[in-house]
Amino acid sequence: MLIRKPTDIKPSEITPESVFLNRRTLLRSAGFLGASTLLSQAQAADEEIPAKYKRLTGVRPSSLSTKDAPNTFDEITGYNNFYEFGTDKSDPAEKSGKFRPQPWKVKIDGEAGITGTFDYDSIVKPHTLEERIYRFRCVEAWSMVIPWVGIPLGEVLKRYNPTSKARYVAFETIVRPSEMPGQKYPILDWPYVEGLTMAEAMHPLTLLVVGVYGVELPNQNGAPIRLIVPWKYGFKSIKSIVRISFTEKQPPTTWNISAPDEYGFYANVNPAVDHPRWSQASERRVASGVGSLFASRQPTLPFNGYAAQVASLYKGLDLARNF
Amino acid sequence: MVTQHQVRLFWRPLAHLACALPLIYLMLQLAEVGGLRLGPNPQLEIRDFLGEWGLRLLLLTLAMTPLRWITGKPWPLQFRRLLGLWSFAYLGLHFVTYFLLDRSLDLPVIIEDIVKRPFITIGFLAIVLMSPLAVTSTAGWRRRLGARWLTLHKLVYPIAILGCWHFYWLVKKDVREPLIYCGILAVLLGFRVWQTRRRAATT
Repeated sequence: MLIRKPTDIKPSEITPESVFLNRRTLLRSAGFLGASTLLSQAQAADEEIPAKYKRLTGVRPSSLSTKDAPNTFDEITGYNNFYEFGTDKSDPAEKSGKFRPQPWKVKIDGEAGITGTFDYDSIVKPHTLEERIYRFRCVEAWSMVIPWVGIPLGEVLKRYNPTSKARYVAFETIVRPSEMPGQKYPILDWPYVEGLTMAEAMHPLTLLVVGVYGVELPNQNGAPIRLIVPWKYGFKSIKSIVRISFTEKQPPTTWNISAPDEYGFYANVNPAVDHPRWSQASERRVASGVGSLFASRQPTLPFNGYAAQVASLYKGLDLARNF
Repeated sequence: MVTQHQVRLFWRPLAHLACALPLIYLMLQLAEVGGLRLGPNPQLEIRDFLGEWGLRLLLLTLAMTPLRWITGKPWPLQFRRLLGLWSFAYLGLHFVTYFLLDRSLDLPVIIEDIVKRPFITIGFLAIVLMSPLAVTSTAGWRRRLGARWLTLHKLVYPIAILGCWHFYWLVKKDVREPLIYCGILAVLLGFRVWQTRRRAATT
């Protein structure tokens, strides 16, 4: 981690307080077109982001963003579950330095009109990037608020003409033990696999993420391309995707294979259905520093607070059994 | 040859200091001294840190009797109480951290945890069983309880088993670390079983 001495910061780099305090007003008054670039700058003023991360341009704000205050860049990139790099929360940040997210190719196959292997640009570039500030709830009962940058997955999938047989979408993470030290141990069945129903995949909240805080996705967060399904436990949001398959049958998913009694296919955030070993009724909002030491947990909301948008997807489904 | 005098004036204070080091490290992190600081989930970090050190010290306590046998020297036994009490201190703080920082004194939730979550049940049971051992660890109590003292303090074996089991059970998937603790405990308990059998055979 880069800890700058105060003398390293040039006065010219410091946002004047008046601008900083009025940043939201400034954004609002800047109008729609200018807002995208301005917003990224406003984020940068809020957060010190190491220069090695390339800034993404043309990022549009989204009305689907939450008003909750985002976690810091350090928290989002320093506290991760990404077993491919190790099982400690700090392992992904510490052990992902060797990982090369570019060049990147994704294989798209299965029940679709257009299949094949596509490079990163051909998947991402046709779309406008959006910033979506989402709540993120881990199955381990901690949570964050994260300003992702991405594109709605549904818009991407549509371009590959899924057929009527496509009822599910399966995803696969890269296997590269030479760069991902966690993959040297059979802690999970590699490759990590995940899946969604077609309706879940096409839902406007479901995101194919390429960045965070206005910069390209750091390795520890699933570079260069990952899934975010904000109403499901974090393990559904598969990272470093190299394969997307349209399938007729429900695809296998890694944590479900690993412990079927603890992790289901749906994994919707649900305070009423406990994990066999711990309660899901409340969560700890990640907050570093001694100041947050006495902060209490907060109640977990059904579908992580996105019930109004997604509950209808599960009408008639017994959520206690289909956890 | 380690004399009684050396133990009292040098080795014991040194052992106290060594046992206090993790706690001092935690204090420095809390005070954010010298670039040290807690991570993004400080409540759990403190809780787990204290729990792990408590368990390590408990296993170290149980290693003193085998160590006396291996070295043939009596001095390891002079550290048994000290290590046991430090272990209790860490595990007590581990529980207090859970109670106060993680659960913010929310009693109904804590009771639900203890009743409904088996790994918390056994962890709680371990700390409850350990308390009378800490209280009766003084020379005065030892004298007062006589032969019953030794029987009471045999509780340390189930306590250690519960502690390691608690650790094994709470881990989400990667059980390598708790298995190391379980392995060490198995060796330490196995030694005692073997000793008892050997003694029974020779008498």
